[in-house]
Amino acid sequence: MLAAVRCVVYRDLLLALRRRSDVATALLFFVIVTSLFPLGIGAEPDLLRSIAPGVIWVAALLSCMLSLGRLFAADHADGTLEQLLLSAAPLGVIAAAKALAHWLVSGLPLVLIAPLIALQYGLPAALYPVLALSLLLGTPVLSMIGSIGAALTLGLRGGGVLLSLLVLPLYVPVLIMGAGSVEMAAAGLAPDGQLLLLAALLIVAAAFAPWASAAALRISAE
Amino acid sequence: MLEAVDLACERGGRSLFRGLSFALRGGELLRIAGPNGSGKTSLLRIMCGLLSPTAGAVLWGGAGIRRLREEYSRRLVYIGHAPAVKEDLTVAENLAIACRLAGLAVSPREIRAALEKFELSDWPVKRLSQGQRRRAALARLLLSQSLPLWLLDEPFAALDVTATRDVEDLIAAHVARGAAVVYASHQEARIDATVSRLVDLVAAA
Amino acid sequence: MTAQSIKWFWYASPQTFYPVAGVIARWCGTAAAVLCAVGLYMGFFVAPTDAQQGEAYRIIFIHVPAAWMSMFLYVVMAFWAAVGLAFNTRLSHMMASALAPTGALFTFVALWTGSFWGRPTWGTWWAWDARLTSELILLFLYFGFMALQAAIDDRRRAERAGALLAIVGVVNVPIIYYSVQWWNTLHQGASVSLARAPSMAAMMLTGMLIMALAFWMYSIAVTLVRVRCLIMDNE
Repeated sequence: MLAAVRCVVYRDLLLALRRRSDVATALLFFVIVTSLFPLGIGAEPDLLRSIAPGVIWVAALLSCMLSLGRLFAADHADGTLEQLLLSAAPLGVIAAAKALAHWLVSGLPLVLIAPLIALQYGLPAALYPVLALSLLLGTPVLSMIGSIGAALTLGLRGGGVLLSLLVLPLYVPVLIMGAGSVEMAAAGLAPDGQLLLLAALLIVAAAFAPWASAAALRISAE
Repeated sequence: MLEAVDLACERGGRSLFRGLSFALRGGELLRIAGPNGSGKTSLLRIMCGLLSPTAGAVLWGGAGIRRLREEYSRRLVYIGHAPAVKEDLTVAENLAIACRLAGLAVSPREIRAALEKFELSDWPVKRLSQGQRRRAALARLLLSQSLPLWLLDEPFAALDVTATRDVEDLIAAHVARGAAVVYASHQEARIDATVSRLVDLVAAA
Repeated sequence: MTAQSIKWFWYASPQTFYPVAGVIARWCGTAAAVLCAVGLYMGFFVAPTDAQQGEAYRIIFIHVPAAWMSMFLYVVMAFWAAVGLAFNTRLSHMMASALAPTGALFTFVALWTGSFWGRPTWGTWWAWDARLTSELILLFLYFGFMALQAAIDDRRRAERAGALLAIVGVVNVPIIYYSVQWWNTLHQGASVSLARAPSMAAMMLTGMLIMALAFWMYSIAVTLVRVRCLIMDNE
């Protein structure tokens, strides 16, 4: 089973490496969106500092959601998804591996770039660890919940927009806890509660989302 | 070994076939015949477990394949219409990954041998022609000789005479080894003569 | 026991259910009309005027039962979705599909009446109150379900995909509800919670319960009519 996970992650990372522009565009989207807010709202330092956690989190959410289209669609188009459905490992494990690979390519870079954006927004440096930790715990959940939506909307016309409608309401708790933890820290309170809740969401998602994605893949592949 | 019981399939409101039953044992070759659109691909996919039939069941060793899941998938190789290879990877990489996912242990030497047999260079798949991609997909068969069930959808499509003969020899050798092979084809092929069973979908509609 | 289980699956056939649904729908429709009349009369004429909020509070006789129904119907929808996936019965999937528009309607009514309540109370048409925000997200969940089913051409795939989405959604609803509650307390600011309704006189509570029952009868009636339409479509 672990061999199958390694194989799928290796395959997806290799594919991402060969198509670097796809990955880079998603990251660029994150940076561009966060740059738009000051342009739209005004560059007043206090205002930016107060909206920074929310803006960074919403941008991370949108960026993650945009890249979900790549999760299963390419495999579906060239027929490799059927082979994944017929592999020797349980489909839930395969789905989890794909979500993991997706996170490594789309979520982890966001965690690493977020402090830079926080700097642009004037967020005090003491908050960077909390921000990074909240993103580190939250972005895998986004990938996993997103994989369910991506599997359900496989090959459909409405495609990306429909996927957003399905997945964004489910993202709300992660957004609230993630941004909330940074805001708590900004207010001088301990963010432990929210971070622990994020960790709990991560565990629950890791336990259930792969099986839901697997069921959704089977439904969509018929 | 493989048994279909009273299979029925409905696609897009149209009934493709009904009451289809057959059994297949090791060492037997089954051909699914019928014109385009008669449900050959659907039947093959039902036999893989990718599609659930409107009625009836497929049994492997007496147990339903829906319940067996991976235990059944592990025993078969399915080569469908699409070449099922990633364009951005090389042929060798594709074969290695496909075999590892199927739970087969293959050495780089065996992969190279498969490439040679099918006259393929280890290029990225996007640089290959349609026929070469088809051969890249079929090269898996050389590495799946331990699997007791082969399900092939139009294996001879887009192949030239030499390649067709190679694939026919592969199938014949595999059947001789005691495995079961099911192939769907709407054209005549030399191997049709050795078929143990024939499922004609026009008759089953 | 065996005889009973056979009977359930007999009703699961769309053809047998069709006439039964018609009868139940008619009864529930009449019950709904009667209960609604009684409830509205109690709410708008009989219940005493509230000391703090005056006459405006009376909208809760529609707002609160609508909110209850919106959440209840989602759970029922998820229940039928689960039954449909487990037993592969088409009628269960039809029930789930038929419930969605009514559920969405009640969610919208809850939002709209909540807005009408907010206007005289806080002076604004919309407030990011915990319950209103949760209802808004619930509305999106309903829309997502309906949009997904509408986007898929193959009936069987549409039903099963929607069912899976409904189940995933129902698991998330409590999580969403509690996280929004927490978010609301964090950003307390100027919000007056809708939950802090005027202390319930027995009369008010009875009025709301009667309205809730009326909405429930209405939902059953409308859903069954819709299921009959779906059965007809299918033939």
